[in-house]
Amino acid sequence: MSAVIVENIIKTYGAKKNVVTALNDISFEVKKGELFGIIGPDGAGKTSLFRILTTLLIADKGKAAVDGFDVVKDYKEIRKRVGYMPGKFSLYQDLSVEENLEFFATIFNTSIEQNYDLIKDIYRQIEPFKKRKAGKLSGGMKQKLALSCALIHRPSVLFLDEPTTGVDAVSRKEFWEMLKKLKEQGITILVSTPYMDEAGLCDEVALIQTGKILSINTPQGIIKDFKKPLWAVKSSDMLRLLNEMQALDDVEDIYPFGEYHHVLLKKEYGREQLVQWIRNYSHEDAVVQKVEPDIEDCFISLMKN
Amino acid sequence: MANDKVITADKLTKRFGDFVAVDRISFEVNKGEIFGFLGANGAGKTTAMRMLCGLSMPTSGEASVAGFDVYKENEKIKKNIGYMSQKFSLYDDLTVKENMRFYGGIYGMSNKFIKEKTAFILEYLHLQSEADKLVKSLPLGWKQKLAFSVAIFHEPGIVFLDEPTGGVDPVTRREFWNMIYNASDTGITIFVTTHYMDEAEYCNRVSIMVDGRIDALDTPAALKKTYEAASMDEVFLKLARKAKRSAD
Repeated sequence: MSAVIVENIIKTYGAKKNVVTALNDISFEVKKGELFGIIGPDGAGKTSLFRILTTLLIADKGKAAVDGFDVVKDYKEIRKRVGYMPGKFSLYQDLSVEENLEFFATIFNTSIEQNYDLIKDIYRQIEPFKKRKAGKLSGGMKQKLALSCALIHRPSVLFLDEPTTGVDAVSRKEFWEMLKKLKEQGITILVSTPYMDEAGLCDEVALIQTGKILSINTPQGIIKDFKKPLWAVKSSDMLRLLNEMQALDDVEDIYPFGEYHHVLLKKEYGREQLVQWIRNYSHEDAVVQKVEPDIEDCFISLMKN
Repeated sequence: MANDKVITADKLTKRFGDFVAVDRISFEVNKGEIFGFLGANGAGKTTAMRMLCGLSMPTSGEASVAGFDVYKENEKIKKNIGYMSQKFSLYDDLTVKENMRFYGGIYGMSNKFIKEKTAFILEYLHLQSEADKLVKSLPLGWKQKLAFSVAIFHEPGIVFLDEPTGGVDPVTRREFWNMIYNASDTGITIFVTTHYMDEAEYCNRVSIMVDGRIDALDTPAALKKTYEAASMDEVFLKLARKAKRSAD
């Protein structure tokens, strides 16, 4: 049985003239025990989707089930079984770390002791500050407390809405390490993120943009679907290189990509032609090499088509 | 001070009680440069930026921005810089045009200037047909591009961008950087923070703050060489992992 099933979900906001379609006919499944990533920019519909699956919002059309229960009919069952960490910090700022955790344990009829083993790796890092009010914690500590609270009733499915947004590269890597450990405990995890580079850390990902799923696959599968050869170019004058190449009819696309520009050529051209063009424009220290696309290349290509 | 230095900081320090948020940072930013200001959460970036924008008095050290002293001329600094952040940039309940009118007015621009500049920006962003729409109805990507244009509406010598591309899709993120390049081409100095390490590569020079200090400052290429790293991501990880301070 799948942990999450979503079938043709549509969600709109507003009325008549100002209708915004947040989710436009979305379908996917998440297998039990999987780490599933919903990858997309702000406004893609990630939060609406999570709110529907955690029974906090009702879809206009379509069906969804979590852990075998219908999100509308069986909402009470689902609420017992899922953990939800919203994008915005939503714990009680005026309760201490320990009080927040105790509160969440109590409303789910359990205790910190009972499920301590599940949260210990995460909670231990903030335990020295357990008497501190939640509102006085640093960003990283708040995140660890919120995750502990979302886990304290041992949910079968965990929903994490943009847990790493605005978080620096080091803390982001640490957070994903924590998720890997939780996955080993058998919890199904759905996590949303605007950072494309986090896709590679998921078992499967859905790329989502303005309410539509662009692609669902394993990260490797998404990259494999990118069938065209991709080139990386650089020179000592990157801006000029970009503008000149952009103007060429035979260049299908060129965009900055870190240290390089990534280039897609119209089909009949290859490396030699590319080297020739760059030479014609007399660039110094030019480098041309073939590269493997990453998820961001795939996202850009899917967005443009 | 030489004219081509838009920012100079010398042992700039900010303490909050016993806590040294910014610890004797010294650096210079050249005119027209794209300067990346990186650091982990809690490293002291925001505090440093607030001092440079004239919003927070330093505890000690010296700094000047756009030729003005951060202690004595902070009001002049505010007039001569632009600022944009992901969290706050435009008024959602004003139209595109009204936002420009408002910012132009705040900075004391003439009606004629505001009119011409508004027309120019609308054309540049292809937003003519959206001019009278509320900003909240615009997609995020457009909003961010508009916010940047508004931040440099009064043609400041330097603009501070605090995580301007957070949550923006990869295509728009690149369009945004294109605007940054064009602005820097016209001589505007760009001071930018970001959590996207690929964007660090787009900067002329990058500084990395760790525990209140600037631990590294150089071109991306030189930093990668010094730290024997393949990417800026790796450079950042090598430096930020040394941090002793817990995140913000």
